[in-house]
Amino acid sequence: MPKLTIEDLKKIKEKHQATFKLREGGYRAKVTVHMGTCGIAAGAREIMNVLLDEIAKANATDIIATTSGCAGLCAREPMITVELIGNPPIKYGDLNEEKMREIFKEHIMGGKPIEKYAIVMGSETTY
Amino acid sequence: MEKYRANVLMCAGTGCVASGTLKVKDALQAELEKQGLADEIKIVLTGCNGFCAEGPVMLVYPEGIFYQRLTVEEVPKLVEEHFLKGRPYEKLMFKEPEKKHPIPTMSEIPFFKHQVLRVLRNKGLIDPESIEEYIARDGYLAAAKALNEMTPEEIIKVIKDSGLRGRGGAGFPTGLKWEFAAKQKSDVKYMLCNGDEGDPGAFMDRSVMEADPHSVIEGMIIGARAIGANKGVIYVRAEYPLAVERLRKAIDACYEYGLLGENILGSDFSFDLELYLGAGAFVCGEETALMRSIEGQRGMPRPRPPFPAHKGLWDKPSVLNNVETLAQVAPIILHGAEWYRSVGTEKSPGTKVFALTGDIKNVGLVEVPMGIPLRTIIYEIGGGMKNKKKKFKAVQIGGPSGGCIPESLIDIPVTYEDVVKTGAIMGSGGMVVMDEDTCMVSTAKFFLEFTADESCGKCTPCRVGTRVMLDILTDITEGRGKEGDIETLEDLSKDIIAASLCGLGQTAPNPVLTTIRYFREEYESHIRDHWCKTGICSKLCSFHITEDLCKGCQACLRACPQQAIVGEKKKPHRIIQELCIQCRTCYTTCKFGAIKVGPAIKKEEPELATSEKGDGQ
Repeated sequence: MPKLTIEDLKKIKEKHQATFKLREGGYRAKVTVHMGTCGIAAGAREIMNVLLDEIAKANATDIIATTSGCAGLCAREPMITVELIGNPPIKYGDLNEEKMREIFKEHIMGGKPIEKYAIVMGSETTY
Repeated sequence: MEKYRANVLMCAGTGCVASGTLKVKDALQAELEKQGLADEIKIVLTGCNGFCAEGPVMLVYPEGIFYQRLTVEEVPKLVEEHFLKGRPYEKLMFKEPEKKHPIPTMSEIPFFKHQVLRVLRNKGLIDPESIEEYIARDGYLAAAKALNEMTPEEIIKVIKDSGLRGRGGAGFPTGLKWEFAAKQKSDVKYMLCNGDEGDPGAFMDRSVMEADPHSVIEGMIIGARAIGANKGVIYVRAEYPLAVERLRKAIDACYEYGLLGENILGSDFSFDLELYLGAGAFVCGEETALMRSIEGQRGMPRPRPPFPAHKGLWDKPSVLNNVETLAQVAPIILHGAEWYRSVGTEKSPGTKVFALTGDIKNVGLVEVPMGIPLRTIIYEIGGGMKNKKKKFKAVQIGGPSGGCIPESLIDIPVTYEDVVKTGAIMGSGGMVVMDEDTCMVSTAKFFLEFTADESCGKCTPCRVGTRVMLDILTDITEGRGKEGDIETLEDLSKDIIAASLCGLGQTAPNPVLTTIRYFREEYESHIRDHWCKTGICSKLCSFHITEDLCKGCQACLRACPQQAIVGEKKKPHRIIQELCIQCRTCYTTCKFGAIKVGPAIKKEEPELATSEKGDGQ
């Protein structure tokens, strides 16, 4: 790859911002599994496998499954963040395989957040 | 206080910021100034309200009108309609009021509400293994600015003006450190990162390296440019495999994209960066020891001066910054010193990351503005004690170099200065919260065991001094304490602090000194009464059942490994002291608080027990 210029930086920024905002790019949902050491120790890998399994079973092509670092609330790991287009992100905690499958069915596919497993709605303040 | 006709609350949650809140804010501010309304209308950035999908959003008071999907282009019209003509700008108004959502928003939960994320700006948001996602969050824009638009002097000035202080613990001004190194004339200089996080209970640096490795690398590129270094090393513990893996991938990606190597981002600046894995010795977090370790020698400190800025790694001018410090650099370059100072205090500007652990509900990683009261961190963000029935006793800040801050000082603001006044130090940011069931003598002993073990042995005060102190503490916790021990500990502490070669020894007595200062009566009761009132020191306590409180539920009876508890159902139980080994199981099992801790009882040891069990725990 040729060396990046500042222009390239801006292009990459614009291209990938779409996935953060979910407004463009043809995706309907983004699911982030928080995989810091804390998350992995609490079972985040299994949650990821279950998520990928459900996506495969549903044959869904409009869902981004991605990983990220510690979400800060280590006591509630494993955690995921579910964002549907046009809706604020929702963080779930204390997950296991069953809850993950339920969230997939009800929220990710069905569009209805599961209140009893949700910790918080919205995005964090970074100014 | 100034009075404003209207307040504009703009959401600055990650979602809205990604959609352009800050640009709209600048445009709005400019437009208000242009219209001569800047003195009447105040713009405030707020936390997220959960309307991310409609962002950027803002709420205008006193009317309480909600605007969504703001754009820079719409700002003049909005100002004209709403603020000049005084009628809502319907085009951007929130059409139908959102149904009340049962899931709480970020601003309704104290854990999220009080945090200001700068170091952790990408926390849980980006894929740490994707350089593109880092770039999408303004990554490497600061490096581009520093390399192409700023001179090294300008970079140093911004960092100095920002007041950024080293987050490794001592709080030395980062800009000054860079300036010292920049002034040295040398063909080779080194920019180093200290990722040797070794304090028990601390995991800030690990989380940053795992969640956002590029933020550290970008800080290093900028620092290297400022001091004129072309080589850098990240020193990270081998015990952090995930951090190592992600840093390695991040460095590889940077080389691939030309963000490391020669002529970075089209500038004339070149910088090579490598990882060095430390074997986990605590002393290697000390800067001179860390440099010896990279050189392949035994990790031992050497006297300063000469300071590393003059003679550091391989005797060349070097700067060593902590992970968290470096992660602060890029946003400062991008947004300026004033922005950085907009939170925090005059002498401790900005934010600090803390790792909350111990007997606290919300164990986790938090970033707060400096100057926030300790109480807010513990009771609001931390959610209070894990066991609601227990009272808060003390918080240990700064790890083995820090100290215990008692309940009476919980309202202090968290700044470098205020924490030092308590006898603790800010340290790298570990916060171990302890409830009333914690024995402070044992806590001091725990930390001293750690430092005595980790003392490298080079200087006598630290090597021998910590060992002697540990022996005295062990005696106190096992019933061999004597009058004068407390004074000996205090004297020894002063000597060790004064005479030790490096920070490890100079701070090692802090946990002992602070616990003596705030919990002296606990030491005295251990020594004089042979009574550890928390029942932690098994040789200095006995357990008794209060008959009035005992419901006869038999829970303790079943839990006792010694079958030392007798009693019938629904009738008060009793502990047979001769059989009891003070394991504390009954005490933690009882739901009614019927079991009390008394002083040690002299008892005839059954012959069997001594020969088979040795001396117990």
